[in-house]
Amino acid sequence: MVFRCFVVCISLLLLAISAYAVEPVERLPDPAMEARARSISTELRCLVCQNESIDESHADLAHDIRVLVRERLKAGDTDAQATQAVVSRYGDFVLLRPPVKPATWLLWFGPVALLLTGLTGTLYWLRSRPAVVPPALSAVEQAELERLLKDDA
Amino acid sequence: MRRLIALLPVGLFLVLAGYFAWSLRPGYDPHELPSAMIDREAPAFDLAALAGDGRIARDGLKGQPLVINFFASWCVPCRQEHPLLMRLAKQANVRLYGIAYKDKPEDSARFLSQLGDPYRGIGVDRDGRTGLDFGVYGVPETYVVDAAGHIRKRFVGPLTEAAVEKELLPLLRRLGGS
Amino acid sequence: MIVELGHFCLILALFVALIQSTVPLVGAARRHVGWMATGRTCAIAAFLLIALSMAALMHAYIVSDFSVVNVAENSHTDKPLLYKVSGVWGNHEGSMMLWVFMLSFCAAAVAVFSNNLPPALRARVLAVQGMIGVGFLLFILFTSNPFLRAVNPPANGHGLNPVLQDPGLAFHPPFLYLGYVGFSVAFAFAVAALIEGKVDAAWARWVRPWTLASWCALTIGIAMGSWWAYYTLGWGGWWFWDPVENASFMPWLVGTALIHSSIVVEKRDTLKTWTILLAIVTFSLSLVGTFLVRSGVLTSVHAFATDPARGTFILLLLLVAIGGSLALFAVRAPKLQGGGLFAPVSREGALVLNNLLLSCGCATVFLGTLYPLFLDAMDGPKLSVGFPFFNRTFVPLMAPMILAVGIGPMLAWKRGDLLGALQRLWVAYIVAALVTLAIFYVTYGGPVLAVLGIGIAVWLAAAVVTEWVERVGLFRISLADSFRRAIKLPRAAYGMSAAHFGLAVFVAGVSASAFSQEGIEVLKAGGSMKLASYEILLERVEKIPGPNFTADRATIRISSGGVAVATVYPERRFFPLQKQTTGETAIRTNLLADLYLALGEADAEGNWTVRAYWKPLVPWIWIGAAIMAFGGLVSLSDRRWRVGAAARARRSAVAAPAE
Repeated sequence: MVFRCFVVCISLLLLAISAYAVEPVERLPDPAMEARARSISTELRCLVCQNESIDESHADLAHDIRVLVRERLKAGDTDAQATQAVVSRYGDFVLLRPPVKPATWLLWFGPVALLLTGLTGTLYWLRSRPAVVPPALSAVEQAELERLLKDDA
Repeated sequence: MRRLIALLPVGLFLVLAGYFAWSLRPGYDPHELPSAMIDREAPAFDLAALAGDGRIARDGLKGQPLVINFFASWCVPCRQEHPLLMRLAKQANVRLYGIAYKDKPEDSARFLSQLGDPYRGIGVDRDGRTGLDFGVYGVPETYVVDAAGHIRKRFVGPLTEAAVEKELLPLLRRLGGS
Repeated sequence: MIVELGHFCLILALFVALIQSTVPLVGAARRHVGWMATGRTCAIAAFLLIALSMAALMHAYIVSDFSVVNVAENSHTDKPLLYKVSGVWGNHEGSMMLWVFMLSFCAAAVAVFSNNLPPALRARVLAVQGMIGVGFLLFILFTSNPFLRAVNPPANGHGLNPVLQDPGLAFHPPFLYLGYVGFSVAFAFAVAALIEGKVDAAWARWVRPWTLASWCALTIGIAMGSWWAYYTLGWGGWWFWDPVENASFMPWLVGTALIHSSIVVEKRDTLKTWTILLAIVTFSLSLVGTFLVRSGVLTSVHAFATDPARGTFILLLLLVAIGGSLALFAVRAPKLQGGGLFAPVSREGALVLNNLLLSCGCATVFLGTLYPLFLDAMDGPKLSVGFPFFNRTFVPLMAPMILAVGIGPMLAWKRGDLLGALQRLWVAYIVAALVTLAIFYVTYGGPVLAVLGIGIAVWLAAAVVTEWVERVGLFRISLADSFRRAIKLPRAAYGMSAAHFGLAVFVAGVSASAFSQEGIEVLKAGGSMKLASYEILLERVEKIPGPNFTADRATIRISSGGVAVATVYPERRFFPLQKQTTGETAIRTNLLADLYLALGEADAEGNWTVRAYWKPLVPWIWIGAAIMAFGGLVSLSDRRWRVGAAARARRSAVAAPAE
């Protein structure tokens, strides 16, 4: 119940400004800097709307973070520093691309490891296959076979 | 070997089911985010006070532990949490300050005149910038800041009786808030 | 009264399903014909009962019976009829009803179309489906009953979320669920085969049409969902790697692998254990998806309101269904007989590669979806795994697969000639290389990977055509002979070509989306902006009433070089009941590119934010998906699957390896 209420609250936040994604008023005058802001924004998660980036999100909070990123860029931050400004407030959770560190090695290298294991396993399976000995037919199947062959004739 | 490999899928599934069971345990909320600000200095803020011409600023509040509650008149769970805040404010050792997050000052004032004002001071965060600096992602959120000005704990969503009794008050006692 | 009748039918269906899941199983073990036959009767009876129950619920929605809690919470008298009906599955309880309805439909279909199945196998398959039915009926009746009455019925309902009031989304769940649940047939066949301890070509031949049908439904369902996202969200995004989307994508990936591996079982009588495992895993992933969406374990935009009791119940269901079937697999699989020789370079070798890559792809999606949960359980940091991760891991896995899709069908069964196949594809290389270079030249300075993606798509399309040309002997024999061959080609061959071609179209659409252009401007009425080669003029914005909303409707004229192209009307709709605003975008397509227009907010002076996007080839994403599904249906219409097929298959399996 408590949680439901919180969801209601978040949805209110979402509704506060129900505009779409990047808004003209937010844009920076310098197109190169604006492009940087856009590319940073696409990899930052909108916290209240899940798996949407702040660049795509309509949420009010996403708007705030977009503005923050642009402020940082205007103040002369590099892309990494601007991203860090958001991470320092909200943690690694805002990064849609999780950082590569021991805790995420399994995530990042798991797929490759699995593919290699799969390839090795398949090769092993191919090599270890026993010579072909088709299983003998059971008596019932033998009878069935003869009956069918006779039908065909 | 073949037998062992055949056991692999069911083994993996059981591990997975274990995780699922873990995530269903009572009290676990996957939506709750730990604050990135824990044990870091509270971000600087200097906000106009809701009542009068004064200001509510971080540096002016330093020296003793304090509790900062982000609220808004448009936030439904804030109403739910409010009676608890009223009771909390009565305890002598709790310095409770409010920050009105993205709320028109007249709305905040009406909200408090209806339900009572538990806060020692209220800062007006009209554009939500202070909230952003704190890492607020939905109101209400409540922060405990120690005497040196470091954030020690964040509560997301409405405070509960249990959270206050088991976590907030003991923490304040440890921080020497009496 | 009707509501109580529906409730009663549902309870009755539970008892019928209980019989269906036990009696035929015992019958099959004891070779008791009568007991085995109850499976068919029960499956059909359960379907009729659940259909009645579903109809009762739908009736309550249509007549707006707000004494039913579920209707009051999710419907409203002002809603258009279509959304009253689709509102039935727009919520947790109703969607579970749709789920069991589809499940019982599949079981009834198996019961009706299984004359050529050995009675014992049929009995076991139906029993397994009955068990799944029991599980979900219990779940509905105990935790999610849609028939509960309210003590004090409200005067009107809460209505359906405006975002869900959309024709695309009205039909998305039925297709999706048909896909999910359809895989239960393959699952039931796999479990039945494990019980019998026998898998042969005939088995594969029975399973394949069911898998194909579910795969088509799932393809359509996923495509509809992403199309909806595309035209609803207002900026043209169509896939977010959201946990719920992934939950539908994983069964699709493994299901695709299953379709291919069952061909190997059918043709070469090998890869049986693997195919059985895939059949179990495909449906298991559908079940896991249900769990993830409804337990609240993972956060998602699409998730239903959650409740831990439901989560616990579904987890128990998973333990019984997945745990049970995999345990059976662990016991029985090592005893299954492997088949004949297996050369790596051959059609079956290519299909193994396909399976390996698809499974790894699915595992990657699985890892990305659940990793935040795993890490959280290990007390690690909270993480997000979004599209950048999948772009860097899933896409590189799929690229070689798509390349291989072009080559695989060129290889012969048993012993292929890779070098020969590669040589015979020379036209495809040249076409792909030329197109890639041309696009690279035209878009110089743009995204290189997207150009490569289009190149791969062209390669695949050319390879598919080459393969068909070779089959019908075009340019080698007389045209008339070629034509005769083309007619005689089995539908399954055409289905394969179509599906692979659809994949190529899809890949081209996805890759080309990188070349989208965007224009976001604040316009006064009469103001205009430029985008790509178009002039976009905002003529006026007016207020218009809707059935349960009011809308601001813009009239936008699009012209190119002074020539009028189209007039479109994007809207912003306000739903007073929910106090919610939704956007209604306007998309002008010429099938080669979309011109996508969305109306934003007005500022105090009455200026409107207009978002315009030019999206080359993006419509191909859904055209490609539609062609894939169509290919599946063509393959499904192959006469080999119909009556008598089983007998022939059995014979060929017994006499000698196929071909």
